[in-house]
Amino acid sequence: MATGGYMLLLILLSSLLPGVAIFFLREQQFALRTALNLGGATLKFLLIIALLVGVYRDGKTYSLSVNLLPGIDLVLAADALSLLFATLSAVLWLVTTIYAIGYLEDSPNRSRFFGFFSLCVSATVGIAFSGNLITLLIFYEILTLATWPLVVHRGTAESFRAGRIYLAYTLLGGAVLLGAVVWLTLLAGSEPFTAGGYLHHLSADQGPVLIMIFAMLMAGFGVKAALLPLHSWLPRAMVAPAPVSALLHAVAVVKAGAFGIVRVLNDVYGVELAADLGVTLPLLLLAIMTIVYGSVRAVFADDLKQRLAFSTVSQVSYIILGVALAGPIGAVGGLVHLVHQGVMKITLFFCAGNFAETLGIHRVDEMRGVGRRMPWTMTAFTLAALGMIGIPPLAGFISKWYLGLGALEAGLAWVTVVLVVSSLLNALYFLPPILRGWFSRREGPWPDERHGGGRLETHWMLLLPTMAVAAMALGMGLLASLTISPLYWVTFIVEFEYGYDHIWRAIFEWETP
Amino acid sequence: MPWMDVMADMALAPWLVILPLAGALLAGLWPAAARWWGLLTALLTLVMALLLALQVHAHGPMILDLGGWAPPLGITLVADGLASLMLLMTAVVGLAISLHALGYLAGEGRGHWFWILWLWLWAAMNALYLSGDVFNLYVTLELVVLASVALVALAGGAAPLVAAMRYLLVSLLGSMAYLMGVALLYGAYGVLGLQALGAQVALSAAPMLAAVLMTVGLLAKSALFPLHVWLPPAHGSAPAPVSAALSALVVKVSFYLILRLWLTVFPALPLSGLDVLMGVLAAGAVLWGGLMALRAPRLKQVVAYSTVAQVGYLFLLFPFLRAHPEGWKAVVFFAVAHGVAKAAVFLAAGTLQRAAGHDRLADLGAVMRGRLKTSFALGIAGAGLVGLPFTGGFIAKWLLVQTALEAGLWIWALVVLGGGLLAGAYVFRLLGPAFEPGPADRGRPLPAVMEWVPLALALLTIGLGFAGTPALSLLARTLAGGGG
Repeated sequence: MATGGYMLLLILLSSLLPGVAIFFLREQQFALRTALNLGGATLKFLLIIALLVGVYRDGKTYSLSVNLLPGIDLVLAADALSLLFATLSAVLWLVTTIYAIGYLEDSPNRSRFFGFFSLCVSATVGIAFSGNLITLLIFYEILTLATWPLVVHRGTAESFRAGRIYLAYTLLGGAVLLGAVVWLTLLAGSEPFTAGGYLHHLSADQGPVLIMIFAMLMAGFGVKAALLPLHSWLPRAMVAPAPVSALLHAVAVVKAGAFGIVRVLNDVYGVELAADLGVTLPLLLLAIMTIVYGSVRAVFADDLKQRLAFSTVSQVSYIILGVALAGPIGAVGGLVHLVHQGVMKITLFFCAGNFAETLGIHRVDEMRGVGRRMPWTMTAFTLAALGMIGIPPLAGFISKWYLGLGALEAGLAWVTVVLVVSSLLNALYFLPPILRGWFSRREGPWPDERHGGGRLETHWMLLLPTMAVAAMALGMGLLASLTISPLYWVTFIVEFEYGYDHIWRAIFEWETP
Repeated sequence: MPWMDVMADMALAPWLVILPLAGALLAGLWPAAARWWGLLTALLTLVMALLLALQVHAHGPMILDLGGWAPPLGITLVADGLASLMLLMTAVVGLAISLHALGYLAGEGRGHWFWILWLWLWAAMNALYLSGDVFNLYVTLELVVLASVALVALAGGAAPLVAAMRYLLVSLLGSMAYLMGVALLYGAYGVLGLQALGAQVALSAAPMLAAVLMTVGLLAKSALFPLHVWLPPAHGSAPAPVSAALSALVVKVSFYLILRLWLTVFPALPLSGLDVLMGVLAAGAVLWGGLMALRAPRLKQVVAYSTVAQVGYLFLLFPFLRAHPEGWKAVVFFAVAHGVAKAAVFLAAGTLQRAAGHDRLADLGAVMRGRLKTSFALGIAGAGLVGLPFTGGFIAKWLLVQTALEAGLWIWALVVLGGGLLAGAYVFRLLGPAFEPGPADRGRPLPAVMEWVPLALALLTIGLGFAGTPALSLLARTLAGGGG
């Protein structure tokens, strides 16, 4: 057991303990609740920075293990991929907490909401720091438990229906996953995640079994990642309050699924073995189908949040597409999209929440002229939406660029056609709200105007986080070549995975033709 | 550790029977102070059970001839890993039940009857776990039945009385079958000790018939589907501490007896289809109990049907018995995890019922929002029943699935996983009312202990999530059968 494991425990507890405390606060204890929320979120952020410094500057390793059963440990460990995901979670949790405090002002059951919100983030960070497949499974299931109360939070018949569907999908996925993990543990023991996988030594005649287990693992993680045909809980879960949708789509639930798939492919099977077994191509095809299907459904969705939800279905599969290309450059594209999509999608959901909270806008056709009334929010929306389409120099462009290069590198040039088609579809569903917002005129009053009369276009706690994440989305594209950018970081992770000394040159030669 | 060596010489086992029996006696003599006697007994018994488990873990199984008389004449107490784990689980759950009953029965005129019967039941269960021969097992089993029937009837009124009578009838029939089995075995071999019988039993008609009679008789008492019909009314209508004792502990007693018989006395016998039959019944129980729990309108009924479902898992013992040498340990760990979680759920249900004055699920929302600690207890222990991570239930589910896959019996792994889904459906249904919009209401005033005890027990299910390794190593110190 390496030293410093307590740091990882502290990072988990920094959201867990405030969460538990918040449950028992009275509704009126606004100041204390806010202090606990922001205190926990800030502390987690600082601890992650300390961890980053420890890992990258001082070269320390952090891990913690607790025995569960003979030969099976609960392991928390910090590698480059877990730090990437944990940092994303911590940053987005901080901004979402501020946003949620503003969004839920005066609504009932806030203590319950923030309690489960904190539990949800603890589970996500647990997923990030899981050091083996069993630990990942454990936190993945806890995430189900912690998000269900958020989905049904409004307590309407519709939200209970959405909650039931969410549970049906995720519990079934969890059961399949449990079966797969037990099976794999029987075959190969409970090994820590290892770059390049740990299943090579199994004999060749285990092939069919490994393919079966792989399919079960994909199904289990695919539920939360909303892979076709396991996606239909996601658009329904939109009945949850906007901050929940934002966090669910950007980092917590959907990304947990994608993260699990990346872990299995990279650190359990290893890309090489997965390619030898022939499982990467079906996964690639599934990802492509999901990308196209999600985009087409988004084009026909009139409700803004529904449109964003189907967009998530589509965009999360870019991550899976990237790792399923089974080459280093594609993996860079997929992993960097894990971060980019998170930041862009949370921006879009914050904007949708701002429109709904301030003006009562829920549908795309109600957005006429909103650019005049809420120019800042509309600017953020435009930046994030253009990024999603993949317009340079925004973050989404970087992802798609590497995905395209990865497809060429893997000898699958036709995948670039899919990327182009998908980008066109993205434009088809993101341009109408942008064009209507900026260039149409509003006739008559807004559906339900609130927060009027101030100097700002809406409550500052709604506006500030929105602008912050929009700035991040812009910065990640503009400053992609800096050493602190997600791109640089992801390249570092992929270098580990592929043991590829020349990946840097490979990438930069591709980039400068 | 030196104190352990001193302990090794102490005969702890008899105290686990003497203490609750003395407590029952004292509660009868001083009815006014009955609950304090009960509480004192519960605490001391827990300490003894803990010490005994440590002792067995350190030194292996202990066999004690009472009064120095050897087996054919005297009574032998056997404390091995399996027995001491069951004793410990009983003691932990028993203390929680006692504490909860302090609040639940406060101000009830006939409260001392509960304490007398409950401590008697406890003594009988402990005696059963420590018994080393089939006849003493019969006697202690009858004592358990009589005490628990009386406890069901304690609620008063027509419905509990009918439920108690039905329970008594089923139990007596079961006991008869068991006793006939004992007679057959004694007739064939002339001994009653479990080990002695195990050394002699070989494949022939008499032990086969005895095995079938004893097993079927005990099945009815364990309420395995389709012999479960007596359970939901009995467990659903009894006072909450009694429901908890019945569902968490008493159901496990007859399961323990079946396990003991097949582990020690009948290992030489083939299962000849019994394993498949039992597996099918188990799957039926999981399915039927789960479906009924999804439909029942009252909180305690849901929990009672959940017991019907979860008893099914216990009988996966039979498919595992010959296919996997360690399989029974998975089932025992499940029994322990279920015992703690189910007791927590029933006690929490009792608290909510007392606060609201009813337990109709549809109208419980306000009180669930008002009594947060209890709702959390319900949620956490419910997660334990589903087998969600960080609970003992998860470890139990893991072990069951692992056993099934290792033995190549993947169909039973599917039963376990599918049953978990059904459990998920009814547990989240229980929690649903708390999320409906509306005011929070604390309901009638209750002693604080009624809120804290279910929560503490629920948190203990999380503790069990990390107790897998020690529990398995305790179970490794179990006396095996076949004369071994």
